[in-house]
Amino acid sequence: MELGIFSKNKKKYATVSLSKSSKSTENRGGGSGLWEKCPSCHEILYRVDVKNNMKRCTNCDHYFGMTSLERLDLLIDEGTFTEYDRDLLSENPLDFPGYTDRYNQIKEKVGMNDGLISGTGNMNGIKVSFAAMEFSFLGGSMGSVVGEKLTRAIERGIEEGIPVVIVATSGGARMHEGILSLMQMAKTSAALEKLREKGIPFISVPVNPTTGGVTASFAMLGDLIITEPNALIGFAGPRVIEQTIKQKLPEGFQKSEFLLECGMVDVISKRENLKGTISTLLGNLI
Amino acid sequence: MEFEKGVLDIEEKIIELKEFSQSKGIDLSGEIEKLKAEYERKLAEVYKGLSPWKKVQVARHPERPYTLDYIEELCEEFTELHGDRLCSDDAAIVAGLGKIDGVKVMIIGHQKGREVEEKIYRNFGMAQPDGYRKALRLMKMAERFNVPIVTLIDTPGAYPGLEAEKRGQGEAIARNLLEMAGIKVPIVATVIGEGGSGGALALGVADKVYMFENSVYSVISPEGCAAILFKDASKAPEAAENLKIVADSLLELNIIDGIIKEPLGGAHRDYKCAGINLKEQILSSIEELQELSVDDLLANRYNKFRSMGRFTQ
Repeated sequence: MELGIFSKNKKKYATVSLSKSSKSTENRGGGSGLWEKCPSCHEILYRVDVKNNMKRCTNCDHYFGMTSLERLDLLIDEGTFTEYDRDLLSENPLDFPGYTDRYNQIKEKVGMNDGLISGTGNMNGIKVSFAAMEFSFLGGSMGSVVGEKLTRAIERGIEEGIPVVIVATSGGARMHEGILSLMQMAKTSAALEKLREKGIPFISVPVNPTTGGVTASFAMLGDLIITEPNALIGFAGPRVIEQTIKQKLPEGFQKSEFLLECGMVDVISKRENLKGTISTLLGNLI
Repeated sequence: MEFEKGVLDIEEKIIELKEFSQSKGIDLSGEIEKLKAEYERKLAEVYKGLSPWKKVQVARHPERPYTLDYIEELCEEFTELHGDRLCSDDAAIVAGLGKIDGVKVMIIGHQKGREVEEKIYRNFGMAQPDGYRKALRLMKMAERFNVPIVTLIDTPGAYPGLEAEKRGQGEAIARNLLEMAGIKVPIVATVIGEGGSGGALALGVADKVYMFENSVYSVISPEGCAAILFKDASKAPEAAENLKIVADSLLELNIIDGIIKEPLGGAHRDYKCAGINLKEQILSSIEELQELSVDDLLANRYNKFRSMGRFTQ
């Protein structure tokens, strides 16, 4: 007698619960849950495997996003990092409705005071002033705190005479802080001008995605601009451009390979070689 | 503009009466004077305490003076200079050498365009990388010859186009921010209309930054902000309020150094008056800045931008 689900001949298979991460965290490799789906090859991947593989798909090598801490692990020699300026907290200078709540919410969720980690550490033995942006913190948006921490990291480079390495990933300026966010573009760029006067190198590492006011300031001012394959790096968002020109965008538009062809980046480096590439180049400059 | 309607009605009546009085040979000067007084009273009332959204409209007024108009008002002599010396000449940016009351200056500004054809030619004042590179070339030239720089900012933003991206729009803006920070001559920037985000700032890293009283300066347009944060572009007036984009707010936030008064009813009503006010501010700033040593000039400029931002340590 066939009893449907109670049939002895029922095929047995395991159920896998996919993490409920949103589109953005899907690509970021963030969120909770044991498994995640690769947005490129759609393979179901064991999260731990991805993490141990430098946040790359174990099947097709698609690059998931990395948190600022993961970037730190990837690029800085173990045990050599000294963090600075961790305790800087954002205010709500424009009294922008909802900003304070949103900020506190994200602070709690991400476990950082704002969207940047900065300090000094070694890259294959070379001491650098290092900073990495955190995309999960309000889209890596640059407000006063991010701008201040970046500027201090650059000034640290000037004071100590050490190269500056900044990993950028951002949706742009933080709207809620209005004109103050815009001015962080000028502030960080001015600090880089001072660094340049001192003859100290700045290596910019814009990773996927880097857009808006961050692209239009420090991220594109590296003496060297080194990025990863297939990273979206641009000023205006692709949708805005499409709406403006009323045309479909070319394949690969604003991706690192496109930027390379247009003469905008120095090197595209695979993730596993990124640290080595940067430290080798630093070794040629200092 | 919608909010000027009451005033425009009176303006029309005055014109009607003048024409009538001329054609019929009747003296209506008494009536006309009364209406003129009422007009000025109403105009003052309308323009007192304009909301941020109304100021946005004044800043975007199609008859508001543009860079070329101010050059006309300010300079007894001006020669426009063209090209980025790389591959093109961006018409959205106008630049050149001139003299204001005998003072040599390099003037660089956005130009929006009046009639439809000109608007298209000028790309509505939205510069491409070539425009920012033209500006940079001329700023570096001004530095070499010790000529102070005057920038006039009036742009909806940097052009979000395909070619613009290919030619490095982000890099061009960033490059200007860095280079302007180190330019060894005085730079005086004035927002004469719309200060549209990075595209505006690319001419705005200066020793002194001023805004005309009805101009606006913002990290994003109110429409853009409303669309993204309120998911409703029609909430732009609210966004304009929240973003604090008007001159008074920026002065309070220590972002700008002063506000330039506009004639009654906005700069579009009296180019000459607006020009005089601008000239006064520019000349006094240049004089003040030329007293400083290069080291002090650069240190002050650095500190000006260094101190922008609010956080708790």
